[in-house]
Amino acid sequence: MNGGVAVHLQGLRRTFGTVHALDGLDLELHPGELIALLGPSGCGKTTALRVLAGLEDADSGTVVVDGKDITGLPANRRDMGMVFQAYSLFPHLTARQNVEFGLRLRKRGADKNRAAEMLELVGIASHADRYPHQLSGGQQQRVALARALAIRPTVLLLDEPLSALDAKVRVQLREEIKRIQTEVGTTTLFVTHDQEEALAVADRVGVMRSGRLEQLGAPADVYLSPATAFVADFVGLSNRLPGVLKGDGVEVMGTALPLVTPASGDKTQVTALVRPESVDVVPDTDGPGKVLTASFLGPFSRVIVQVGDALVTAQVASGRVTELAPGTRVRLEIRPVAVALEGTS
Amino acid sequence: MARLSFRRKQSIFRWVVLTLLGIFFLLPIVAMVEFTTRGEQSTWSTLINWPELSATYPDLAEGILMSLGQAALTAVLMLALLVPTAIWVRLRLPGLRRLVEFICLLPLTIPAIVLVVGLAPVYAWVNYLIGGSSLTLTFAYTILVLPYAYRAIDAGLSAIDVKTLAEAARSLGSSWFTVMARVVLPNIRSAVLSAAFLTVALVLGEFTIASLLNRTNLQVAINLLGKSSATMSVAVSLAALLLAFVLLLLLSLVGDRRKRSAS
Repeated sequence: MNGGVAVHLQGLRRTFGTVHALDGLDLELHPGELIALLGPSGCGKTTALRVLAGLEDADSGTVVVDGKDITGLPANRRDMGMVFQAYSLFPHLTARQNVEFGLRLRKRGADKNRAAEMLELVGIASHADRYPHQLSGGQQQRVALARALAIRPTVLLLDEPLSALDAKVRVQLREEIKRIQTEVGTTTLFVTHDQEEALAVADRVGVMRSGRLEQLGAPADVYLSPATAFVADFVGLSNRLPGVLKGDGVEVMGTALPLVTPASGDKTQVTALVRPESVDVVPDTDGPGKVLTASFLGPFSRVIVQVGDALVTAQVASGRVTELAPGTRVRLEIRPVAVALEGTS
Repeated sequence: MARLSFRRKQSIFRWVVLTLLGIFFLLPIVAMVEFTTRGEQSTWSTLINWPELSATYPDLAEGILMSLGQAALTAVLMLALLVPTAIWVRLRLPGLRRLVEFICLLPLTIPAIVLVVGLAPVYAWVNYLIGGSSLTLTFAYTILVLPYAYRAIDAGLSAIDVKTLAEAARSLGSSWFTVMARVVLPNIRSAVLSAAFLTVALVLGEFTIASLLNRTNLQVAINLLGKSSATMSVAVSLAALLLAFVLLLLLSLVGDRRKRSAS
């Protein structure tokens, strides 16, 4: 609806005591794009979002929105809509009044349709006259989203908005966030520690570690071609399997695999990070492995196989799990998908 | 069976305690009522007839007016000082919270008579600068009510997520003043009312500082009146006591409503 603006965070630094929450972070959001910042606790993702919102000051670096340097601008003059992790609706106002709050401050109180429109957009119009304590967690976050969007923000900031919700509502709401964001076209920064959430909603995913971006790319690239071992390890489950460097690739359990990034150093004995879905389990009475457990996860099952001292996790179609009962002898086959090596950073 | 008899015993014990306490509190009040309505006296009709009261007992009338003025001004000054401070400390200076709490609780640990020793020279200046009106006691009373008012307001702030609400309001375009007036204050309204009620109850019952600083208020007037008209002084004491009860009752009703709306 409003096109979206470009956002550029340049060389952001922020320290809390001895901790470097942001260590020279550079991030560029294209107009209308949704970027998810993903990373473990303390990696600086929330600090980055708060610096962009103006709720936190950076020690150095600049924040440029739509070509204007807004680094010194206070939060209330930045025109950014924000949804918080904690429930943040004003308890003394109804859902509708909450949505109207920002409009009234902008003397757009007469724009009554806007509030109704936004409540409609987030699918909560029938609950408009309820107070926050009369709404469920998911409904409260919907209203918070409507409130943030009502002011036609230049940038939408989502600070782990789904983490307090239960699993089913979380999945449902993240789909809606994606739909709404695509519909309104507001440039959006979404902070989360849940990799599945980040991969599902984002146009691009930025994986952060120690105040810096480790990798920024399309969800499929981050998942399938992790730039570093940290990204491979953090985004999705990975097996650590011993391998030998040969030519441009690595040989793991007899299979030659290409590398995501060329190996550095002189070592030939390495540890490769292999995704469970790249490992196939085939029943074989002479096989070197033994099935330890098989957990049913709906369409897929996760099978843990013991090979010597090592445990290997594999993902197989649930239809095959009957032939992989615990104790079954098996052999492992690895699909030739590019892998990262542990120790690369 | 044993359980039933234990519960019965417990219930009997409860009633015995309640009855004894009831007698302990009610007996003096009943005695006061009896004393002020004895014979053919017109004490109560004078007390509720303001022109007659102010004509017959001008000192008492002045004491009542001063106390009401002091109570109102103290409540206003206390709220104006404490509410923004408490909110600001929560939002921007959380490291100072313990210090502010300590300072606010200090008056509780210092006896009023000791406070007066320190206040006397200060009030010499107050006299010099803004005159000797009894309403100037407002300054001393504001310090005196800090421990109670701070506790009430702090409890109110603890019940809401001030930081997140303030940040949400800021991101929607609120100035700091709007954050306080339109977001935080409406959500701690009952705590603010509690603090104000406590202030009024405390100020209406204050005697030591007013008397020792040679100012007048209700309690000082009652004390003086006791020497000339015992019946009227007892009647006024009783009225003041009932007013304090009513205030405390309102306080607990406000508290109840807060709990109900929170659930």
